[in-house]
Amino acid sequence: MSTSTTWHPPHLIPNPVYRYGLVGLGVAYVLWSATTLEIDWQRVSQGLPRAGDILTRMFPPEFSRWELLYRGLRESIQMALAASFFGMILAVPLGLSAAANLAPLPIYLLGRALLGITRTFHEVIIAIFFVKVFGFGPLAGVLTLVIASMSFIGKMLAEDIENMPPSQLEAIRATGASFPKLLLYGVQPQMLPRYLGVSIYRLDANIRHSTVVGIVGAGGIGQVLGASFSRYDFDFSLAILISIVTLVFIGEFFSNWVRARLR
Amino acid sequence: MSVDEIKGKYPDVWRRFTPRETLFRYLWYGGIVFAAVWSLERLEIPWFYFLDAHKQAKDLIVRMVPPYWPFFRQVLDPLIETIHIATLGTIATVIVSLPIAVLSARNTTPNGISWLLGRFLLVTSRSVNTVVWGLIFVAIFGPGPMAGIWSIVARSIGFVGKLIAEAIEEIDKGTVEAVEATGASPMQVLVVGVIPQVLPVIYGTIIYRWDINIRESTVLGFVGAGGIGILLYSSINQFAWHEVSVMLIVIFAIVMISEYISASVRRLIT
Repeated sequence: MSTSTTWHPPHLIPNPVYRYGLVGLGVAYVLWSATTLEIDWQRVSQGLPRAGDILTRMFPPEFSRWELLYRGLRESIQMALAASFFGMILAVPLGLSAAANLAPLPIYLLGRALLGITRTFHEVIIAIFFVKVFGFGPLAGVLTLVIASMSFIGKMLAEDIENMPPSQLEAIRATGASFPKLLLYGVQPQMLPRYLGVSIYRLDANIRHSTVVGIVGAGGIGQVLGASFSRYDFDFSLAILISIVTLVFIGEFFSNWVRARLR
Repeated sequence: MSVDEIKGKYPDVWRRFTPRETLFRYLWYGGIVFAAVWSLERLEIPWFYFLDAHKQAKDLIVRMVPPYWPFFRQVLDPLIETIHIATLGTIATVIVSLPIAVLSARNTTPNGISWLLGRFLLVTSRSVNTVVWGLIFVAIFGPGPMAGIWSIVARSIGFVGKLIAEAIEEIDKGTVEAVEATGASPMQVLVVGVIPQVLPVIYGTIIYRWDINIRESTVLGFVGAGGIGILLYSSINQFAWHEVSVMLIVIFAIVMISEYISASVRRLIT
């Protein structure tokens, strides 16, 4: 080693066989996937001029139909609020049942299974099912977001409860407290600030997601956006996109502000 | 100080909150309840739909069981396409998001304007959902996986770029100064002084985003941007519930597997 005059930084994977093997695998994968994907290159090659065309048709953004825009945005905000509220409430029993140190084993398994299933499916898939059951409109969207919020907040809650220092629980148990009292005096004081923080964060996430469930017909600004795209109303689409970005930005700002106040 | 004054200042009964705090707390509670009621009232939700919802849901589940497994053969190709869209999109994201992350970190950005530009790109990318990006790219590239890949890229840039930029802002200055002292060019400082320090964060973020992208790419097909979503949407619209349940199980499986892979790789590198 002393003959070498240039220094090389240590590699992440020390074994060169694995290192280059991994790179080789990566390259092979990209080549394989690029050949199996059915890409219509002729159509794609039109992409750049088309993008230019769409961009020119997007400008200037059309805000003259602001009433439609306003109604969509209001619906989105209302959906997000309602969903966060009910999601927050439903998350409590779910979170408690999915915490290994509180719930008995069968309930724990049930809670975890529910968390897993609701979390793996994308909101849009859940939205489609609710649209099939309840028909088009904001109800399907609200229910979708309730499910998503419930599982998100519930998971955070369950993990926080599991990571809780056990001494306080033991102390309360030692006084002979019943289970509800244990929750009220042992768990609640430790969980409340985090729970509120996560819920507020979820409100801001719901505002973002409420813009997308509409694309499959579940209400809100997304429905207006989807319609404008399918009618090639690109100038109106841009107006909607700008409003969505603004709304999301305000939502994020609000949620950061509230969370800062919660310490 | 008289005894009465002290008594007034230190009441016998301990209270957790002062009256002022209590007032504000109840104001918050009131505000939250008001917001919930307002949102429900204006949405004009037809509550009577709930009356037979349990029957509808039961009906749906009965129709979905048992899954029609021979259909799996038709699912396989779109499934692979879904994984390709997520993976290729994530790979392309690495290439695009690195320069943007460098622009958006205060300590590596050349000037204020470039910083603003970087931040603007990140915020725009993050505010628009993958599916909405899908709408845009389908309009540009036509339906198919190409649009899907680019919508994944467009959304992931904001996520990956933001996290990398935050990591760059927290690097050790000493290393950078040492490299600068050797007379290295800004590019060399970046490659030798900055990037190696954030490399673990880059790998971690990328693999984490990859598993989110798998989940996202399952629905890109709803707007025509390729993957299993196209098939799922058409099966749902044809009320072919036995096929739908096959696809739901398959989606569940790949999301779980990708989450497991992502979690174990991240545990390995950190």
